[in-house]
Amino acid sequence: MQEHNLQSLENHEHVVAAANRLEMGRREFMQFCTAMAATLGLPAGAEAAVAEAVAEKKRPSVIWLHFQECTGCTESMLRAEHPTIEKLILDVISLDYHETLFAAAGHQIEAAKQAAMKANKGQYLLVVEGAIPTKDGGIYCKVGGKTAIEIVKECAVDAAAVIAIGSCASWGGMPATDPNPTGAVGVNKIIDKPVVTIPGCPPNPYNFLSTVVHFLTFGQLPPVDELGRPKFAYSRLVHENCERRAHFDAGRFAMEFGDDGHRKGYCLYKLGCKGPETYANCPTILFGDAGAGTWPVGCGHPCIGCTEEGVGFTKPIHQTAKVMTYAPPASFPRIVEEQGKGASLGAAAVLAAVAGAAAGAGAMVAKNLGLSHAAEEAEKAEKKAAADQKPAEKV
Amino acid sequence: MSAHQHAAPAPVGGKLLTPVTLSAATLIVVALAIILIRFVFGLGAVTNLNDGYPWGLWVVGDVVIGSAFACGGFSVAMLVYIFNRGEYHPLVRPALLASLFGYTLAGVGVIFDLGRWWNFWHILTPGYASANSVMFEVALCISLYIVVMWIEFSPTFMEKWGMDAKRKKLNKVMFFFIALGTVLPMMHQSSLGSLLVVMGTQVHPLWQSMALPLIYLLSAITIGYAVILFESCMAAAGFRRQMETHILTPLSKVMLGMLAVFLAVRVGDLVVRGALPRAFEGTLQAFMFWLEMICFILPLILLGGEKSRRNPARLFVGAVLLMLGGVLLRINSYLVGYETGDGWHYFPSVPEMLVTFGMFAIEVFGYIVITRRFPVLAAEPAVEKAAH
Repeated sequence: MQEHNLQSLENHEHVVAAANRLEMGRREFMQFCTAMAATLGLPAGAEAAVAEAVAEKKRPSVIWLHFQECTGCTESMLRAEHPTIEKLILDVISLDYHETLFAAAGHQIEAAKQAAMKANKGQYLLVVEGAIPTKDGGIYCKVGGKTAIEIVKECAVDAAAVIAIGSCASWGGMPATDPNPTGAVGVNKIIDKPVVTIPGCPPNPYNFLSTVVHFLTFGQLPPVDELGRPKFAYSRLVHENCERRAHFDAGRFAMEFGDDGHRKGYCLYKLGCKGPETYANCPTILFGDAGAGTWPVGCGHPCIGCTEEGVGFTKPIHQTAKVMTYAPPASFPRIVEEQGKGASLGAAAVLAAVAGAAAGAGAMVAKNLGLSHAAEEAEKAEKKAAADQKPAEKV
Repeated sequence: MSAHQHAAPAPVGGKLLTPVTLSAATLIVVALAIILIRFVFGLGAVTNLNDGYPWGLWVVGDVVIGSAFACGGFSVAMLVYIFNRGEYHPLVRPALLASLFGYTLAGVGVIFDLGRWWNFWHILTPGYASANSVMFEVALCISLYIVVMWIEFSPTFMEKWGMDAKRKKLNKVMFFFIALGTVLPMMHQSSLGSLLVVMGTQVHPLWQSMALPLIYLLSAITIGYAVILFESCMAAAGFRRQMETHILTPLSKVMLGMLAVFLAVRVGDLVVRGALPRAFEGTLQAFMFWLEMICFILPLILLGGEKSRRNPARLFVGAVLLMLGGVLLRINSYLVGYETGDGWHYFPSVPEMLVTFGMFAIEVFGYIVITRRFPVLAAEPAVEKAAH
């Protein structure tokens, strides 16, 4: 099965067998593989490689550990709206240890884990869900008498790759929120191996599945950013592909829940949407595979930044985000400027009254000054006349 | 000035509570209340200012006109100390007092008009100063001049409070402050004209000119003398004192000389620029121009003869007309002849006017209180001596 042409694979026995196993049509199986390749951002032809890998290759053994978490990541994977995704997950991987899903308990399941680790030494995938407490020697989370630190170290030694699923395992997430009473940290703080992190609360199952399929198809994990997040899922800000972006650019914001703008689907930035500072592919593949249009922003709730360390569970939900590009002002200047009005009747009247009063007062002062001057002059004339011994009668 | 002997200044005395001071106080209280509203709720709450007319009555009235009216001190000091005409010395103190009030209030008045008034100290802080700005020059000059004037006027208080030793010390360096006191107003009175020059074609051709700084300076000096005449007449009428005609008559001649120079520059500039035909258009600007010119020309006719210059009524009317001309020149160039684009209107609101009235009321109130209690006006000579 070396041809890299998806259509030619359609009637291949392995593909038919895989489709039957998954209780889906062959076409559906092909579509799934194409979607997976597209999610990973792989070039044309890669969908055939994905189909081959899923249909033929031995499913990788997965050991799935739970620590300080709510099992939301597992739940979102199993309760996905997409009808077959949980089957796909369980078909693509060989889940050899998972506390939530396994019927076995106690020593029985611990033995199963040891057996799987031994059988697939250096081959198995270690998936960690939940933060790891480090305070007081890590005593705040124990399974089978061992602390989380011990368990994760033990399992990581012989793992082919380590994937941290969810924000808790990625950097501490919700348990690490101040004051972080258990000293919770992400997996990468405990082990020295490189860790692929799939943050999110919960992350979209496709992001996890795509990472696993990449591993399955190419024998290595996908390229990651400096925080260990697969670039295919976490290289763009939520803001960049947000369906409400046009409203942001136009300056149309919902100012409070239920207001006019909120009802009209305006941008949620001013309600505290962290899309402008959160890297995730929620706008393109939506959140949690819960169905069409259903992701927080689509439903009218601001993004809380759950995939971003220092944003999700750290910044208050309704605090405005630090916009990487251009931050809109708290209010925009008016577009229509008031150009002023002419004199109001009152203003004109006051001015006229004051001008009149001033003119009147000035006239009176002038008149008085004139009169006294005239009197002075008259006095002088009188004195002159008195010198002539003939008093003047009138001025 | 050494050869002249004058009666030493002395307090006028008398009641402080009179109908005039009471009405002034009322106006002041009203103005203070409006200013409080303005500081809390912003300029838009009390003024009619808009983006087309960001400067209104407060800047033009309280600052530009107020500081021109306050040029009496500068004009007389120039006459006495630079042209060595000691006979005018008795006028220095009262003129300086009026200037002191005019300028201090102009400086304070600027703060009312600052959008973000709490940042007013920025302009005097080197890190914030923009040395290439005309406005900065005006602000710095006026601030300095206010300080210089308080120093020039301080002997009045020192005399009153018996600080003779200090007064003697200050007298030794007073020449420096007097020199500053004549240079600084020349700088900023002309810059008030430069402020309009930088506005370019937004100012009507009847007023927009490269000669505006000179026109503003000359008119300020002329108005300075007119204000002294006005004050002397008002003080004589108000305090029932003898008119100082023997000083005022020659002073009015100096004033007319300055006025002639001013008119020559003003009209000459209009002719050279070819702007005169604009004065014969049927516009508000042309009308206001003629009103302004009449106010400037009438005093020449009224006080033309030596005999009419001895008549205090004519001196008073001439001075008032000249002041009015100065007011119109400033209102015309800053507001009437200022057009920033179609559709913009400005006429001061009643609260705006009340603040300006309040500012002038402070001057009247302060002038009365200080002349009644401090040695400012020359002591009233015995009635017989009045003839000199």
